[in-house]
Amino acid sequence: MTLGSVPLRYKVSIDHDHCMQCMRCVDNCSYGVYRVEGDKIIIDSRKCTACHRCISMCPRDAINLQERPVDYRSHPLWTAEAREDIINQARTGKIILAGMGNALDYPVIFDRLVLDACQVTNPSIDPLREPMELRTYLGKKPSRLDFRKNDEGDVELVTELAPNLKLETPIMIGHMSYGAISLNTQLSLAKAVTEMGTFMGTGEGGMHRSLHPYQDHTIVQVASGRFGVDIDYLERGAAIEIKIGQGAKPGIGGHLPGEKVCVDVSCTRMIPLGSDAISPAPHHDIYSIEDLAQLVRSLKEATEWKKPVFVKIAAVHNVAAIAAGIARSSADAVVIDGFRGGTGAAPKVFRDNVGIPIEAAIAAVDHKLNDQGVRNEVSIIASGGIRNSADLAKSIALGADAVYIGTASLIALGCRVCGNCYRGLCPWGIATQRQDLVDRIDPEIGGRNVANLIHAWTLELSELMGAAGLNSIESLRGNRERLRGYMLDEGMLKVLNVEPVGA
Amino acid sequence: MYLQKQFLVVNMCGIIGVIDRGRSGMDGSGIKEALSLMNERGSGEGAGYVAYGIYPDYPDYYALHVFYDNLVEPKKKVDDLLEKWGRIVQQEEIPTYEQPGLRKKHIPWRYFYKPHKDLVVGSSTPEDDLVKTLVMDINSRIDGALVFSSGINMGVFKAAGWPEDVADFYRIQDYKGYIWLAHNRYPTNTPGWWGGAHPFNLLDWSVVHNGEITSYGTNRQYVESNGYKCTMFTDTEVVAYLFDILGRRHGLSEDLVVKALAPPFWDEIDAMPERQRKIDHAMRLTYGAAQMNGPFAIVVATSQGIVGFTDRIKLRPLVVAENGNKLYISSEEAAIRVMDPAVQNIRMPRAGEPVIGRVIV
Repeated sequence: MTLGSVPLRYKVSIDHDHCMQCMRCVDNCSYGVYRVEGDKIIIDSRKCTACHRCISMCPRDAINLQERPVDYRSHPLWTAEAREDIINQARTGKIILAGMGNALDYPVIFDRLVLDACQVTNPSIDPLREPMELRTYLGKKPSRLDFRKNDEGDVELVTELAPNLKLETPIMIGHMSYGAISLNTQLSLAKAVTEMGTFMGTGEGGMHRSLHPYQDHTIVQVASGRFGVDIDYLERGAAIEIKIGQGAKPGIGGHLPGEKVCVDVSCTRMIPLGSDAISPAPHHDIYSIEDLAQLVRSLKEATEWKKPVFVKIAAVHNVAAIAAGIARSSADAVVIDGFRGGTGAAPKVFRDNVGIPIEAAIAAVDHKLNDQGVRNEVSIIASGGIRNSADLAKSIALGADAVYIGTASLIALGCRVCGNCYRGLCPWGIATQRQDLVDRIDPEIGGRNVANLIHAWTLELSELMGAAGLNSIESLRGNRERLRGYMLDEGMLKVLNVEPVGA
Repeated sequence: MYLQKQFLVVNMCGIIGVIDRGRSGMDGSGIKEALSLMNERGSGEGAGYVAYGIYPDYPDYYALHVFYDNLVEPKKKVDDLLEKWGRIVQQEEIPTYEQPGLRKKHIPWRYFYKPHKDLVVGSSTPEDDLVKTLVMDINSRIDGALVFSSGINMGVFKAAGWPEDVADFYRIQDYKGYIWLAHNRYPTNTPGWWGGAHPFNLLDWSVVHNGEITSYGTNRQYVESNGYKCTMFTDTEVVAYLFDILGRRHGLSEDLVVKALAPPFWDEIDAMPERQRKIDHAMRLTYGAAQMNGPFAIVVATSQGIVGFTDRIKLRPLVVAENGNKLYISSEEAAIRVMDPAVQNIRMPRAGEPVIGRVIV
């Protein structure tokens, strides 16, 4: 016991004046914080993850939770976390695993960008009284159209358009696989996107048969492990997405622990029951950009060129050039996942240190594609840390066509961002395959909550656009005139191609 | 130095345009009166005119109108550049007559110019492309020189002042054109800058514009990715470039160009018959970045005609009237009546509906 124990992360206590001993906390905590001894509830605070399940279920508000109840000697460099990580690694000799997105205190660029509104010289538009168009088409678009006159003298379109995805609102739900999240979570998301006229990603976990009724609103993913991929799967999706990388862990693959591979997950992923599902770091048939172009073409051939194919990459330093390469393939959209993107499990050192913020990545990609005159060749989908409708509006003004949300949609289902997804014990029934926990989500109610969230953001986006004098989403896209940077340095303003406030 | 980057200019303003479809010449006195009538819409800080058919002696030469801050340094650079890429067949100061309310701030100069088209490869319109590149180059790189008109057998006349002063400064009554556009400016920025006055012109395209383009950032990026440089610091110039891209380079008809810039709403498109729906759907997908938002009424002219249109919910006024071969488009009916008391068929076009007047001879 050289190292001994580290101080408690969280301290849970029950106010016995208020507690009515209903035992809901005991029943709800899947981490084993509470147990009953005689007529007493005993608390083991060390097991707490601050998931708030007990607090949200307590009818008397009798539970109190305190973060870091024991102080370390304060030090600006050797933070409690730095010290604890070292202690942990000295004990185990292992890579530290973490869930959810980047947890380091980097400045949030979104919060240093402000939006515009009309005053006097142009009227703002009231979306309750005037049309407001958020409809978005994702996919390749021609750079010009050719027409001819037919025998009757009518103008006819000669140019053939590639198939596009039609979104009623530029908010989609990102790829979270069945396995990483529960079936009831996926069903909730599927019901929500179907109702709202938008799309969700299946993640690299195949498509469970109960999602088939919603398949026209799903985008199926093909990633390096190829889990769940066959022709039936490809044909069911409204679009196909090749996942090269992920913002939470650029450059590495994935690992679904065997504990999460139950019968249904094993069938859907087409892997043996209880086996670890390991996605390699690269696709072993893609070692260069031309290999990617081949895979895009292969998927298109397999589905008779009827479906858009997206390519998802993590936002890394050279993201703009990579996106320009993707634009030159047959791919219809490039998905950029910023360094705040969520995950079920990632090495902490990757989650917190690799990649660049989505704001800079969108602007750089949009700029590069415009510079090369190929912006129409691909749509840009942004993801990774989009928290509200303002982030959404700013993403589009920086050049995105649409966004994927992940964490936000899970918070709408109860997630409190405790970051323990990889343990498979999620008390909210989200990141778990334990049936009693999964049953805590009713897909009807869950779907309602997620649809509400998308609806609310859509209303807010309409209001923001109307205030800025815009009545169609095309006119917000890449419209940096409607953005100003507040307390951003000159270099950052240049990358974003945005003027400072007052200019 | 007036010709350097300022803040973005937005414009309120009164506009009027007229075409004689039989190409009969009209001198500038009528439009001067019409524009002066709309002084309520201006502030005496900018006005301008453009006329087509005014240089019949040079029917094949680009008429380049340039503002010089002086005739020493900038002019030498412009002369050298023009001589390198083509031939100047005639050049002179544009005759001007100072008015009590309008002093000369720049020296308006004109060239009649023939570019060497064999110097450009890979273009179906080499002369236009060469002149366009020269205009962009001069305006972005040569301090103290601004090309504000670059078409054939047409010319822009503009300055910072009231419409009647600007008209008398250039004596526009001495020019005869079959198309005239005019603009009375109420600037909210760069009030003293002559370059900020309308009309804006590139090659055969001229634009007068009342309004503010809230989609400017998107439109600007689109025209820049197509090789244009925005040098005038006003949202209006992108309209001229958009017409050049869609009309000249993509070969779209005027009504299709207007459809790209002020498209029908999706609800309307969804309800269209199949053939039409297919066209409108493709137009919106392809030309989303060219779509213009915000309040505007615009009249665009080329040597072949004029087209007027407003934004999709008509946040700026536009009135149309006719008399025989003549078609008038204006912010105000009263202005048209001053020019032509006998006009008929006065009407207000719907939002986004193009009004087109083409020459018939």
